[in-house]
Amino acid sequence: MAVMTYRDALNAALREEMILDPDVFLMGEEVAEYDGAYKVSKGLLDEFGERRVVDSPISELGFAGLGVGAAMAGLRPVIEFMTFNFAFLALDQVINNATKLHYMSDGQFKVPIVFRGPTGAALQLSAQHSQACETYYTHAPGCKVVTPGTPADAKGLLKAAIRDDDPVAFMEGETLYSLKGEVPDDDDFIIPLGVADLKREGSDVSIITHGKMIHVALQAAGKLEKDGIEADVLDLRTIRPLDMDAILETVAKTNRVVYLEEGWPFAGTGAQIVSMIQEEAFDHLDAPIRRVTQADIPMPYAKNLENLAKPSANRVVEACNQVLYR
Amino acid sequence: MAETKAKKRPPKKDVLGDYGVSVDMGLELMRQMLLYRRFEEKAEEGYAIGKIGGFCHLHIGQEGAAAGSIKALRVDDYVISSYRSHTQAIAKGVQPTAVMAELYGRADGASGGKGGSMHIFGADVNFMGGHGIVGAQVPLATGYGWKIKYRGEDSVVVCFMGDAAVNQGAFHESLNMAAVWDLPVIYVVEHNEYGMGTAFNRVSTTGMEEKSGPHGVTGVSVDGQDVLATFALFKKLVADVRAGSGSYFVNLETYRFRGHSMSDPVSGTYRSTEEVEHHKKEKDPISVLRERLFDAGVLDQERLEEMDAEARQIAADAADFAEASPVPDPDRLYANVWAEVNPNGRLFFDGRSRD
Repeated sequence: MAVMTYRDALNAALREEMILDPDVFLMGEEVAEYDGAYKVSKGLLDEFGERRVVDSPISELGFAGLGVGAAMAGLRPVIEFMTFNFAFLALDQVINNATKLHYMSDGQFKVPIVFRGPTGAALQLSAQHSQACETYYTHAPGCKVVTPGTPADAKGLLKAAIRDDDPVAFMEGETLYSLKGEVPDDDDFIIPLGVADLKREGSDVSIITHGKMIHVALQAAGKLEKDGIEADVLDLRTIRPLDMDAILETVAKTNRVVYLEEGWPFAGTGAQIVSMIQEEAFDHLDAPIRRVTQADIPMPYAKNLENLAKPSANRVVEACNQVLYR
Repeated sequence: MAETKAKKRPPKKDVLGDYGVSVDMGLELMRQMLLYRRFEEKAEEGYAIGKIGGFCHLHIGQEGAAAGSIKALRVDDYVISSYRSHTQAIAKGVQPTAVMAELYGRADGASGGKGGSMHIFGADVNFMGGHGIVGAQVPLATGYGWKIKYRGEDSVVVCFMGDAAVNQGAFHESLNMAAVWDLPVIYVVEHNEYGMGTAFNRVSTTGMEEKSGPHGVTGVSVDGQDVLATFALFKKLVADVRAGSGSYFVNLETYRFRGHSMSDPVSGTYRSTEEVEHHKKEKDPISVLRERLFDAGVLDQERLEEMDAEARQIAADAADFAEASPVPDPDRLYANVWAEVNPNGRLFFDGRSRD
């Protein structure tokens, strides 16, 4: 175990996988000479050279598609989007090509590619730079979606994503990069896709969430604890594949659920999870499930308005109290 | 094809005219183009009687583009194309039976019945697919070029697109990257003058030959209805690229003798019957080559008719094969959505049984 930042954990995962597999390369804007816009790829250019750590032009559609082609032809690209906000330009390549070529060719081609970068809001970056993009990717069959919220999860899941034979949208958090935590330094440390993690145990209410919202959930759980309420905090870690067993387990334990996510409510991840819980665990529910999301508006710039728009621990506490009829 | 009277022919030579193309290759190109023509006519027939569904884009009139370029390649070279790609798949080595069965949506189709007319794939011969989004195949081709360079191989990528694709960002982003990284890709526009029903000069103020220059990619124009000229050009370009020249852009001038797709009449709102007839009479790639081969004294009407009968037979056999092939088994519905089914977690959310 070593204590390291989320950023360094990602860096370690990239470095280890590049040492293990010569077909892995990293391409994106500013990943080489600049060390990455968020310094995730620091030192990799020096270690692996410009053949494997590649600064791209600002052409999201172009280099995402180049990566898909390289993956079809046998390489294992890691394509960095400076943020997923910029990846809308590349959505055609991700959705129409990466996620469909295996099926359309009836298995003749695989597309083992990782698209990674931060998703969601940071601080006062306004509407075009502050949006949680998970559901654009979870919507499409053929795309796996991974949202690590801690340094250890970041490392173990990135290594699993790089080794996976399907396209993976690996969605980080801009405000998580400096977060410190214990991380196994074993280069075989892998967290398999599709395994959720109970970040906190409690028996009164379940807060189910993913990505950097686990920290908001834990904060809310701390506030609830002062009122004598113990919350389970379930971190999905990956949205596709989805650990439904873990969801059903926490629902059966607490009978009360709040889904917390950073993105918008309409057809959000929470909408899917709520639908599945009512289909598969209706008899376990003692209250309607509540969702806590971003306000249903483009993100504003002003600090006070931004804070009002984001999901907060107080809103989660309020939702928990509602499902507890308190 | 119109019949022509036999004239006195000069003696046989090994090489055809100024092109440096061997007689054997000239005859092979004729065989290929006849096959493509007869195959597409068979597909047209299959569509008319309801055997083929969806969108179906024929290559009739553009056979020289497929034959003249792809016959200059090795099997380990890559070809990728748009949705007008039946003949290019055949040229690269996908069996006509597998292509026709795919059009019929059958189990023995090149893509197992999952792709249809627009999505023929042949991984074993590096035919990387027909693609349905205009221009979206161009970055993929650039990625094959990247892989070739990354691994230090000497294969070459040929990327076909229609003329409308050059107005897509994907085209410009790709050419820029190919030039920056010296990738071994030949980008080929089959310039048939219309993007669906919109004439190229109505949506571009600059000519096709000018499209690659700003990116630093050398552009070359060729008469795509002259398959010998096309073949000779590709021989040279492929050799250059294989030797490390970096990318090329080819403006291959051609013409489509049928509608954009099977639902579009041959002529009508956007082009006149006279225009189409003029091209069919003057610029049919099969007639153009026939005259060359007749003039060189290496082909006569009788042999041509034999070759044509062989082509018709292969097309008919492909249709018979497709007809006899079963529809895909229902258990294929969920197959190959995922290359790796993870042991943990759910990947499908429709709540249906997949037994």
